[in-house]
Amino acid sequence: MGVPRVLATRSWRQSLTPVILIVPMLASLLAVSLYPVLRTIWLGFRNTSLAIQGDKFTGLANARRLTHDAIFWKAWRQTIEFTAISTLVETLLGLLIALALYKKFRGRGLVRAAVLVPWAIPTVVTSRMFGWLFDQGGVVNYLLVTLHIVRLPVNFLGSTTLALPTLMLADIWKTTPFMALLLLAGLQTIQPSLAEAARIDGASTWRYFSRVRLPLLMPTLLIAALLRALDAFRVFDLPYVVTGGGPASSTETMSTYAYKTLFSGLQLGYGSTMATAMFVTEALIAGAFGLFIVRRMRQEG
Amino acid sequence: MAAIAQPRVTGGPRRFARRGGFGFLVAAIVVWSLFPFVWEMITSFEPDKDLSRFAPQWLPIPGGTLQHYRNVFVAKNFAPYIVNSVIVDVSATAVALVFAGLAAYSLARLPMRGKGLVLGLVLAVSMFPQISIVTPLYEIMIRLHLLDTYTGLSGVYIGLALPLMVYILWGHFRAIPRELDEAAKIDGAGPLRTFWSVIIPVALPGVVPAALLGFIASWNELLLALSFTTSPAHQTIPVGIANFTGLYSIPWGDMAAASVVVTLPLVVLVLIFQKRIVEGVTAGAIKG
Repeated sequence: MGVPRVLATRSWRQSLTPVILIVPMLASLLAVSLYPVLRTIWLGFRNTSLAIQGDKFTGLANARRLTHDAIFWKAWRQTIEFTAISTLVETLLGLLIALALYKKFRGRGLVRAAVLVPWAIPTVVTSRMFGWLFDQGGVVNYLLVTLHIVRLPVNFLGSTTLALPTLMLADIWKTTPFMALLLLAGLQTIQPSLAEAARIDGASTWRYFSRVRLPLLMPTLLIAALLRALDAFRVFDLPYVVTGGGPASSTETMSTYAYKTLFSGLQLGYGSTMATAMFVTEALIAGAFGLFIVRRMRQEG
Repeated sequence: MAAIAQPRVTGGPRRFARRGGFGFLVAAIVVWSLFPFVWEMITSFEPDKDLSRFAPQWLPIPGGTLQHYRNVFVAKNFAPYIVNSVIVDVSATAVALVFAGLAAYSLARLPMRGKGLVLGLVLAVSMFPQISIVTPLYEIMIRLHLLDTYTGLSGVYIGLALPLMVYILWGHFRAIPRELDEAAKIDGAGPLRTFWSVIIPVALPGVVPAALLGFIASWNELLLALSFTTSPAHQTIPVGIANFTGLYSIPWGDMAAASVVVTLPLVVLVLIFQKRIVEGVTAGAIKG
């Protein structure tokens, strides 16, 4: 009788160990991410405010207010625009850099290291750097004027049309390296013998790229683009530091507007509705993109 | 002889042009990547009178100054921000590394049901926008008296670093041959002992990037730091730099000096561990 009991406790212990090992991680994620997200959704249905001391269930009142909030929709559009353009340019530029760095040449290690520098710089610092580069008295304006591209210095960050593209440029500068590295790693998993075979068959460089390399690289490329898009969608640091969302809300993003509503307006309920709307939009982007990736992969087997 | 030399002569100029084009591309990549930061470094050594002129001083060689660095540390008292960042980020990274290591080991090597579910949850959590967790965390911090403390911010950063760390480590742990576990088991080692003496040493190339990426994520984080710290006693570097303003004009020189101070260690770290980071990230992103 004693032997089976020992065996039983043993297997019980064996099956318990893996669970115990993941408990600290799960508990942290539960406390810091999962519970807060659910609570935010809940708060979105209340009029909780620190300014007027309200805390009642108001159903869809916040959501109705949100549909009429012109600045929110402006921020929504600008966030999507920022995400789409930055991600697209970063992917193309990253691909170009990855293809260049794939080749063997003298000093390749150093160039690879140089490419990593923007990625290592905190976004807040990047923001300050681009603020200075694109200042009216900054070096970009000096070059533009000296090369006779413009007559007078351009007020990049004070213009409702140029401020957002300037922020996009800063984002592109900072995150293209990461993209390039992911794509480079993807390129390196492609068998060199394929290049050899293509060369023997007389395929041109472009044909080899478009028919062999690009299709093989596609899964990596799409996943990297998805990760980038989700990250770009949350953009907060750049507008917060460089323009504060201005001029005239032209660089307001969903994160900055929700942050202002929460921490300057102290409207926790309404701000939470915004955060939920953002969360839903992000989930939709991830879902649609994910579905696209899965479908593509299925098609190719 | 002539017949052999012929193709080289005709191929010469074209090949030369091609190589020239490639060299230009590489040079453009290097300049694009380095110029903004190099410019920030140059700016940090130039006196204000040179910075306020439209035509820039390209090099601070004659008339360079350390005034901006003095301003940052003496007048602006920037050092505490650095100390705060180090305390919060090192502690968060260390704890997160232990949590992520144990979890990734369990998910990669031990038998358990619902692994896919856990991994899916981890991935989903990594996609949550910070703004959608900030309010409830703020409420919790007020209730537990954690607002404007090291513990509060560090605790949040643990959760922030976990998903990426779990994925990187999981990818590395999975790649280790099973025979090592079996051998350890035969030698009488339990799962924890196997983890510590067998898996960790073998998976060290994955541990370094996991730790470094977690650390960098915390070092750069602004939104949550801005929300959960309210005094310079606990504010971190990103908050310090975001709040950096002058009385009459924007202090570009001081800002550049502060930027260089907080960025240089990171750049050095990344350059040292360049290979490891790239391997670690790609192992997580491509194998996974």
